[in-house]
Amino acid sequence: MEDTIAAVATAPGEAGIGIVRLSGENVLQIINDIFKPKSKKSISAIDHRKLIYGHIIDNKQVIDEVLVVYMKAPHTYTKEDIAEIHCHGGMIPVRKILELTLKKGARLAEKGEFTKRAFLNGRIDLSQAEAVMDIISAKTDKGFDLALNQLEGQLSENIRQIRNALLQTIAHVSVNIDYPEEDIEEITYENLKKQISDILSSIKNLLETADTGKIIKDGLNTVIIGRPNVGKSSLLNALLKESRAIVTEIPGTTRDIIEEMLHINGIPLKIIDTAGIRETSDVIEKIGVEKTKKSFNMADLIIFMLNTSEPLASEDHQIIELLKHRKAIVVLNKTDLPQKINIEEIQSLLPDKKIIQASMKQGKGIKELEEAISDMVYSGHVSQKNTLMITNIRHKNLLEKAKTFLEDSLSMIERQEPLDFIDIDLKNAWESLGEIIGEAVAEDIIDEIFSRFCLGK
Amino acid sequence: MSDNFYMGTYDVIVVGAGHAGCEAALATARLGLKTLIFSINLEAVAMMACNPSIGGTGKGHLVREIDALGGEMAVNIDKASIQSRMLNTAKGPAVHSLRTQADKLAYHVSMKKVLESQDNLDIKQAEVTDLVVEDGAVKGIITKTGALYNAKAVILATGTFLRGRIFIGKWNYEGGPNGLSAAIELSANLKKHNIGLRRFKTGTPARLDGKTLDYSKMLEQPGDEEIIPFSFLNDKLEISQVSCWLTYTNQNTHNVILQNLDRSALFGGYIEGVGPRYCPSIEDKLVRFSDKERHQLFIEPEGLYTDEVYVQGMSSSLPEDVQEMFYKTIPGLENAKIVRPAYAIEYDCIDPLDLKLSLEHRNVANLFCAGQINGSSGYEEAAAQGLMAGINAAHKLKGREPFILDRSEGYIGVLIDDLVTKGTNEPYRIMTSRAEYRLLLRQDNADLRLTEKGHEIGLVSKERYEKFLLKKEMIENEMERIKTTYIKPDEANEFLKKCESSPIKNRVTLLELLRRPELSYQMLAEIDKDRPEISKSAAQQIEIQVKYMGYIEKQLNQIDKFKKLENKRLDESIDYSQIDGLRIEAQQKLNKLKPESVGQASRISGVSPADINVLLIYLERERRKKEHDRK
Repeated sequence: MEDTIAAVATAPGEAGIGIVRLSGENVLQIINDIFKPKSKKSISAIDHRKLIYGHIIDNKQVIDEVLVVYMKAPHTYTKEDIAEIHCHGGMIPVRKILELTLKKGARLAEKGEFTKRAFLNGRIDLSQAEAVMDIISAKTDKGFDLALNQLEGQLSENIRQIRNALLQTIAHVSVNIDYPEEDIEEITYENLKKQISDILSSIKNLLETADTGKIIKDGLNTVIIGRPNVGKSSLLNALLKESRAIVTEIPGTTRDIIEEMLHINGIPLKIIDTAGIRETSDVIEKIGVEKTKKSFNMADLIIFMLNTSEPLASEDHQIIELLKHRKAIVVLNKTDLPQKINIEEIQSLLPDKKIIQASMKQGKGIKELEEAISDMVYSGHVSQKNTLMITNIRHKNLLEKAKTFLEDSLSMIERQEPLDFIDIDLKNAWESLGEIIGEAVAEDIIDEIFSRFCLGK
Repeated sequence: MSDNFYMGTYDVIVVGAGHAGCEAALATARLGLKTLIFSINLEAVAMMACNPSIGGTGKGHLVREIDALGGEMAVNIDKASIQSRMLNTAKGPAVHSLRTQADKLAYHVSMKKVLESQDNLDIKQAEVTDLVVEDGAVKGIITKTGALYNAKAVILATGTFLRGRIFIGKWNYEGGPNGLSAAIELSANLKKHNIGLRRFKTGTPARLDGKTLDYSKMLEQPGDEEIIPFSFLNDKLEISQVSCWLTYTNQNTHNVILQNLDRSALFGGYIEGVGPRYCPSIEDKLVRFSDKERHQLFIEPEGLYTDEVYVQGMSSSLPEDVQEMFYKTIPGLENAKIVRPAYAIEYDCIDPLDLKLSLEHRNVANLFCAGQINGSSGYEEAAAQGLMAGINAAHKLKGREPFILDRSEGYIGVLIDDLVTKGTNEPYRIMTSRAEYRLLLRQDNADLRLTEKGHEIGLVSKERYEKFLLKKEMIENEMERIKTTYIKPDEANEFLKKCESSPIKNRVTLLELLRRPELSYQMLAEIDKDRPEISKSAAQQIEIQVKYMGYIEKQLNQIDKFKKLENKRLDESIDYSQIDGLRIEAQQKLNKLKPESVGQASRISGVSPADINVLLIYLERERRKKEHDRK
């Protein structure tokens, strides 16, 4: 049997259940690692094709309540051991479970890989082979979002920078190994440790963006903010109605925050609804509440709402102050009422922000807001500051791998192990990063050696 | 043409008797094939035209592998050694690299003697000017003086002789290395036979009269106290060693060179060939690394028979007067007399992408190529290819499968796969960084890795094979013993305390103790009462295998994965343009290079992972079709 692969088997989006599927030699081990059946008996061959109820657990924490079915090789789709985890639908549980299987040693399946294995292992017939070829050779999804491309472009750039730094280090190490007698700077453990730690922290920063749920496929984190009764709920309702596609409604990590998923012109938004929470207390205090503050800080996009029928309050000024360096759109609501604030005044306070005049009551300004949001995303304006980067699990997984290799190399430096061992981990990290952007050419290292160091006979 | 006269028939003809040619001819002759080797000048047999040393990082590994397979280089350098050093000993065992200074004359003389004493091998001084090619296969060769020899296979090992051109300043002329003549006509005739050629460049520094140097101003570089021989056949080597010497260029040297830059062949624009980045001329170094204040020079003796010394680091294409001027600026060389000036040499070589992994040319059957003609550089790289070309020519004639080493089996495999699969745009040098499975491909275990294979081929002598079996058994037995021998706390703790190693609470195996970085196999002898007597090299294997067990296992896993694709063979007859789903670029590259396995295909630039998946599906589909047809 081959190494173990995992993927989400159900279509993305809203559904009652989602299925994560695994195939390969370590299926049983991975399942028993993450799944605690109600019966407390671990899964074995006798459970072949039985649906078993229990929980997916990560580090003693329950991830989801699931049904698991284990199918023993060779009577399965791929002719390998297979397990399916039936969890709750929606993006978060499915993704978390998939990530967990990857953490436990599975590898994210390539496009069409289950079917490829089924074919290579003699499971499906010849006529299906063509179809498999099509799946595999299709380079990109048709509906691949421009916005995603934008963001991935930034990721590539970032990875390239990290890789380049790593390349310099590898070249220095390699030249020390391959040219022991040349008159070149001897690389010290101390020096090496510093270089690797720097690279490692860049990778960790990138990974953090993934860990905090900033995966674009799950939506751009968007926060609507404003004093009570400025019309936040009405705006949210209007947006939801307009998009006609409530993807899901996910209870947040605390019960205080409700996240709504919706699409605007193909851009997935995860709107964090601060409306309705602690309606009585003022908004700044709400920001003070840890979770709300966090979602404000983590937001890729902020929609600031003002009631123009009232003069600016001190809370408004405080929010304006917080918005100065953030990606934000200002919505001036209640333009149907007598005006106490004029647009010029706001514009002068927030000179680089897009301002939209709206009236929720009359349904005015919604279209303009949607356009403003998509303009910002498609032009790449959103996400720069927040370095919204990690857009898929494959990338995250490879980053994790690179991180582990670098950590290994650091512990070897700690133990003062020979340079050539450290070099192996560095190269592995470099290759993992290369896989993210589709570049992994060993020749680069040789080029770097010869361009940087003077060697010769 | 019609004036040509028939002079004989051989199984194999080897063109060129340098490091590649000698190994190739010895291999085919030893495998029972009637072989004839040509050299333009028999004084050039195994001539060390450049540096007077063999081995070094990566290169030393190649020499050990050549030895294990039954080649000659290691045995020969042991006979000609005048200094030996194990480099990189401060690093891990995988990159320890043996390097030996040679007496060049002794190296030549003893290799020539080996050729002369070899059964089935004839030697001839002549310039080969043409191949006889019929129906796409080579049938023989023609010499400049009209002699026609028939052969079933021909191995080209032309080195830098092929349309060689010497450059010193603006002066340049047709010529081979070291004052020998070039092989001009052969070049045009190879093109006629549909063998594409391109142009590479290399160079060598001046030789100085050693008597005119002031060694008191230089740093002595002595050999190791304990000499480790290159060949597995030799347990020890007792010689009196000579030293090398280290000195440096300075600003004055640089001024002289920079002021005369336009007089160099390189910067004067006289040279078209591509030179290697790893051995640039001194003028090249100054231009590319202008911030470097000094460059090091090693003074290396050319042998015991002569006063001539080699100046490593000073390869140049500047005219002689400038060479003389810049040497005078260097400490210790102020009064140096140049005996042979530095020169650059340009020569014709093939594109190695035109070769199969067996080193047979795609366009002419039974024609094999080895050494610098394949775009490599270095004696060791040449010898490795020569050996492999010889083995594969013999296998072809005997109807046996090609003998291919893959990247997980040896540096030889890395070298040939790099050349043939990836190609090269400059003279190629092996480096340990090029080997993915470096931890397993050590120079200390080349014998364990490859002697069995050499034995199967038929190149390993009885003496070598028996010695190998003995060592292998010794290691296996001792490994088993230390795995199963337990040491109790009261036997060990006093010793451990002395070694600053933490005490044990329960009994542990010797193996577990040996895994501790602070303990060595030798130290453990103190508490290991029943230890059998084993050879030093066997003990070294135990030590390395135990100490680096974790890393070695990791690499073994990687190799398992690598082998899966490597074992999926691709037939030469596959027309990739007919496979749906392959991208156009991949179709073209695959049709041009005809990789021998899916693994090799995956290393071709322009073939993506998706293309590889398509290939896998294609192979399975074909397999089933065949199965279906059989039923």
